[in-house]
Formats: sequence, structure tokens, C-alpha cells
Amino acid sequence: MAQMTYLQAISDGLRVEMRRDERVFVIGEDVGVYGGAFKVTLGFQEEFGPWRVLDSPLAETAILGACTGAAIMGMRPVAEMQFADFISCGWDHLVTVAAKQRFRAGTPVPIVVRLPSGGGFSGGPFHSQNPESSFAHIPGLKCVCPATPEDAKGLLISSIEDPNPVLFFEHKHLYRRIKGEVSEERYTVPLGKARIHREGDEISVITWGAMVYTADEAAKELEKQDVAVEIVDLRTVMPWDREAVLASVRKCSKVLVLHEDTRTGGFGAEIAATIAEEAFEDLDAPVKRIAAPDCPVPFAPVLEKAYIPQVEDVVAGLKALAEY
Amino acid sequence: MATDTQIEVVMPQMGVSVSEGTITKWLKQEGEAISSDESLLEISTDKVDTEVPSPGEGVVAKILVQEGETVDVGTVLAVIAPEGAEISTPADLPPEPATQQASDASEAAATEGATPEEVSAPAPPAPEAAPPTAPAAGAENGRTFVSPVVARIAAEHGVDPSQVQGTGQGGRVTKKDILAFVESGASTKATPAPPAPVAAPPPPPAPEATPTPAPPAAPAPTPAPAPIAQAQPARPAEEPSVGETVEPMNAMRRGIAEHMRRSLDTSAHVTSAIEVDMSKVVAIRGKLKKEYGDAYGVNPTYLSFVARAAVETLREYPWINGEIRGDKIVTRNFVNLGFAVELADGKGLIVPVVKNTEGLNLLGMARAVSEIAQRARDKKLTPDDVQGGTFTITNPGGYGTFHGTPVISQPQAGILGTYAVVKRPWVVQDELGQDVIAIRPIMNLTLTYDHRLVDGALAGRFLRDLRERLESWGESEY
Repeated sequence: MAQMTYLQAISDGLRVEMRRDERVFVIGEDVGVYGGAFKVTLGFQEEFGPWRVLDSPLAETAILGACTGAAIMGMRPVAEMQFADFISCGWDHLVTVAAKQRFRAGTPVPIVVRLPSGGGFSGGPFHSQNPESSFAHIPGLKCVCPATPEDAKGLLISSIEDPNPVLFFEHKHLYRRIKGEVSEERYTVPLGKARIHREGDEISVITWGAMVYTADEAAKELEKQDVAVEIVDLRTVMPWDREAVLASVRKCSKVLVLHEDTRTGGFGAEIAATIAEEAFEDLDAPVKRIAAPDCPVPFAPVLEKAYIPQVEDVVAGLKALAEY
Repeated sequence: MATDTQIEVVMPQMGVSVSEGTITKWLKQEGEAISSDESLLEISTDKVDTEVPSPGEGVVAKILVQEGETVDVGTVLAVIAPEGAEISTPADLPPEPATQQASDASEAAATEGATPEEVSAPAPPAPEAAPPTAPAAGAENGRTFVSPVVARIAAEHGVDPSQVQGTGQGGRVTKKDILAFVESGASTKATPAPPAPVAAPPPPPAPEATPTPAPPAAPAPTPAPAPIAQAQPARPAEEPSVGETVEPMNAMRRGIAEHMRRSLDTSAHVTSAIEVDMSKVVAIRGKLKKEYGDAYGVNPTYLSFVARAAVETLREYPWINGEIRGDKIVTRNFVNLGFAVELADGKGLIVPVVKNTEGLNLLGMARAVSEIAQRARDKKLTPDDVQGGTFTITNPGGYGTFHGTPVISQPQAGILGTYAVVKRPWVVQDELGQDVIAIRPIMNLTLTYDHRLVDGALAGRFLRDLRERLESWGESEY
């Protein structure tokens, strides 16, 4: 076991797979000599050579098109978007071709698209988004949103192994801020299995990504008032672990769905609707959502703080549920 | 000024004949603050769709009738409580809501320039008295919401949630509360069962314990013989045959149905008709149309001419503008003129009333008719707009009809029908006194009157005078 940051764990997972499986290669803007926008692939070109660590033109369409073609021909490409926001340029290749190829032609498309996402550092509207809900809506795509270094490595390896196109949302705010014990061995964390981040029996918080930590700090506040909050870290948004969510809802009967993405049509709405459908008779309060407002991510630090759900917001939401 | 006590909001009386109303929309939800006269909800009755203002300032403590429900006039719809009262703690407020709100209330009161005594008034009950431990909370039926999980636990254990002390918002029984209650064994004590539960064998399954399926839907029991206002036939609903569709009657349609039937059951309807040569009116209207349009943005319609002439004529026939009230005859020195207006969706009729039309000249009449008809189509009428009519004009002539027998709007004595202006061959006299056939714009008018009060001869004279007014309309008579 070693102490690794979230970013190091991702690097490590990628390196482990590239050493194990020659079909795995990396492609992206400045991933080679420069080591990637966030240095995830630093030193990769020296180890694996320029043909397995490809610097692409500034064209997300080309990256995703190349990955799709290579995957159909039997490779296991791992693409890097410099920022998750830029994936919209490659929407057509991803959504029209990669996501539907298996359904149309029976050919698997095992690609992983790494997406540095999320805000919290004044990146502004083009460099801070959490677009997982948009892609969770597309049948044929999987969406992974790890919160811990251990999960980041294990989920990345599972994503590379998976025969489907997988979008791997790495939260930028966690890259160097979060550290944890990570095995240096190869291991996998299954897609579609949630993790109980914190146990409790009064209010269940369903969340993922960086919001797991926001929820955790809020839960500590509530603990001081003798309210036991449970935190369910979904780990993957598509497929998502309905059983784990419903079990937690049945235990606690009060639910807060929390995400950093905007509110309307956000994945939290799907979760809230499922809870209402499947666990209505277990509810002791209306399902509550906390999410970003329906607005682009602002630059100004004060505005961004007002925009992204903060610990105080979650504490207030939890208190309202506790008092209900 | 904030209310000191709870106020009940009731379904208002929207007109003499209105006995019920439907809640179309709540504009404020439970827990929201509301100021005096701010709109609280929208209702629909057979006469008007309107907003109901709050009778006082405070917080919407309880909504008792949900959207879509139809209730009788006078039914309590909601409760407005003083701000800071324990009944309703808005879900999103920080803790210690009572003190927080009390200080807010004080501030609000202060900014309104209240006296110091008044400012301090809301404070005393706030600090410690308010927390939702009020023992009455659980017992008071209808005041506490039973959540799905509490309902399920209650059913499983045969517990009546109203017997449980609630610690949630507004005294609500939470899941914790009912589980604690069940665990404490209090449920067996609470049920009116054997007085010695300890000595008794394990509590027998209470009758409520097994959720009994609802009995198969029996035909709805026929409601007790209703007052005349009950319009729906109390027949069990029949399944539609192939090709038929069934839709519910809205409040307005039920109101119209009831009113039409009642009017025919009340008045002795007789209709007389007369033909009017509208040549002069057509000529004058042609001249005035541009002038009124340019100067006032008003169209002098044929209807406004007829209305103007009818009001003038009614002054000489007070009974036609009158009413039978009990065994008395009521006449007036004013004419409140109702106009039958079809709603924009073609699915209803409303009769807004222009008050004191005896004071309106042609321009004023044209303006008033167009304004009130527009508001009727836009559903912007107030309850006052549909009350107090003394005589009504209906104008189906726009569709080309030349005759009809309208139904009197109760409790009035007559209704004037105006029909299409049609060019017809007409026998007139030339300057030599010889009969010749000319082409003239002719309009039929009908007066449908209540023969209990108005005799045929009276109606005939009224129509004759009305025709005379229209046919001899002078350019200077507006």
C-alpha cells in the first residue's frame, strides 16, 4: 500500500493497464512530451514510446473518431480531454457512433474518455462543468465519477476492461487535494456498485464525486446535533446502484440528493424520481435536492462559491430534513 | 399589520346564485409568508374565475382544500397564522425558527411604524413556548401530515398516528416518533382495549393491523335530495358506448346548466319579435366609426346603438327593468345592463354587467361594452362584474341568425335578443307617398319576458318604442 493523491492513483491505474495490456494506448492534446494538462501521463511517453502515447491535434472530434476506429479494430484507447467541457466537440462521434455501434453492428467499442471535470478553482464557464448527466442520458455510454484515490484507480482499470465506451469523470478539485491508501497491485472496482462513505440511520445523502466530501463535512456538523447522516457515494452514475440507494432510503426514510451539476435534468432528478416510485412508502419527508442553479459556472470566486453547493448549504438542507 | 390570531380563509360568495367554487391554483404554499390582500389562490365558479386575496398578514399555516377540488361557499380553504407561530415552520429556515421569526416579525412591525407595545407583542410566546411540543398537536386531526412511512408503520402495528406525540415540523409525527411509540408498547395502551395490558397475553392483533383491501367499489350512494342548486343528476355514471367520449363538466358549465333550468322553472317565458329598419343607424355608424376609432380607439358597434336605445326605452318601462321579489315588484331608477359573452374557448357563457348605463352616451356605451367583453374573454372579471344586472342583451346576430328565444337571467324580467343586420327588400314610401320597394338593412329584435310580470301588450309597446328610437336616430342624438 502507498499514499497516493487522487491524480497519482489515476496515473498508476493507467500505467498498470498499459504495462499489462499492449492494446491500451493513450491519445490526447499534449499528453506525450508535456504529460497532459494535469500531468496525469507525465513520463508515459518515455516508458511506452510515442506510438502508445499519442499527441493529437487540437481536435476532440479527431481524438474521439480515432479512438472509435481503433477500438473497432481491436485496440483499447484511453483518450484525454484537457477539460471535460471540450467533449462537446466530439459529441457526434461519441453519441452517434461509439455509443450505438454495438447495438447497430454488434461491434464492441471499448474506449475510455478521461474527463477532468468540476469547479471550485475559478475556472469559469468553459473549464468547470460536470456534464455527466448529459451522457448518462445516452444509452450505450457508461459514466464513472470516482471520489477517492482507491476508487479512481480501481474504477479506471474496470473502465479500460469494459467493452463499452466509458466516460471517466475525474474531479479536478480532488486531483492533489485528496490522498489515500492505494494498493500498488492491480485491482478493480466494479462499475455500478455504490459505496457507503459514512453510515447513519436518519438522513441518507446520495451523491458522487467531490460532493462526497462536502456531504461528509456537513454530516459532521449534523453529528454534533445527534443526527446520524448516511452518505452513499454512487461511484458510477451510469449504471447506478439502485439497490444500494433504495436500501439506504428504506433505512433512513429521509433523503437528500446532492450534486455539483446544475439542477434541472441533473442526474439527481432521476434518482429522486426512482425513490418516489420505488420507496414511496418508506419516505418520512419529501426527497430534497441540492444542486447548482441552472446557470453557467461563474468565474468570480464569490459567485462560484454561491453557485457550487457548499457545506453550509448542505448543512441547512440536512437540518431542514431533520426538523421535518 | 400581522395578524395576532389565526384567520380562516373561506370560499367566497361570488354571486347570489353561486353556491360552490373550484380551487384552480394555490399561489402560496404552506409555510410561505403572505401580506394582507396579496393573492392567495385562484378559484373558478360558474360566474367568474378570480383570485382570492389574503384576509390578513402572516404565514400560510395550512391548506385544507387541494387544487381541483370543488367546495361549497363558506368552506374553510386555508388558515393564515401569525408569523412565528408554532404551527408552520418553513422547511428551509435555519434552526431556532421561533426566535428567528419573532425577531423578523418585530423588525417587520417596526418598519411599519408600529408602536413599541405592538412591536413587543409577538415576542413573548416565541422564545421557549413555541417549540413543537404542543401536546395538542398530535391529537388535532387534519393539522398534522402523516408521511407515507408513518402511515405504513401505523398500519402494520395498528396504531392511530394521532395518538402519538409528534416532534416534527408543526407537531408532525415522524418515523422516529412512531417507532418509539410502537417500541414503548404505548400502542396497546392507547387502543381502547383490555385495561390491563401487562397481564394480558401478547396484544391481540388489532383490527387495524392488517391493511384490509378496500371493498369493491359499490355504486356511489345517491346524495341526499339536494337543494335546487344541485344541478348534476344523481345518477350513477354510465360507461360510454363505443364512439362516445365522456368529459367532466366544469364549474361554469354546471352553473349554466343549473341556471338555465331554474330560470325556465321560475319565469313564464314569452318571446315577441320586431323588425327594425337600421338605415339611419348604419349611416350614422358609418360616419362615427372613423371618428370614434381615431379619437378614442372605440368601435361604435350595432350592439352599442341598440343598448343605448334600449336603456333609454327602459326608463319608460320600469317593469321590464324590474324584478319579482317574493310577492313584491321591484323597479329601479337605474339600468345595470348585462351582456351575454361567449368565452374564447367556445365552452362557456358569461354575463358581465355594465353598471348605471343610464348615465352613458353612445361613446360611453360602446367603450363599456367592448371593455367588459374583452375582460370576460380574458377571464379578468371580478365578482362585482357579474352581479347586480337588471336587464340583459344577448347578441347571437354575429353568426347570421335572425331569430331566437333566449332564457332570462334570473331574477330579471326580460332579455333582449339582437340579430343579424340583413339587407332586405322593404316597402317604403317615396316622396310622393307612393309605395316602392327599397333595399334596407333590417335587424330583428326579440324581447323574451317573464309573463308573470310583463304582459304581451307591454312588451309590444316596448319593442315598438325601441324600434322607433333606432329608426329615427338623429345625428345629434348620442
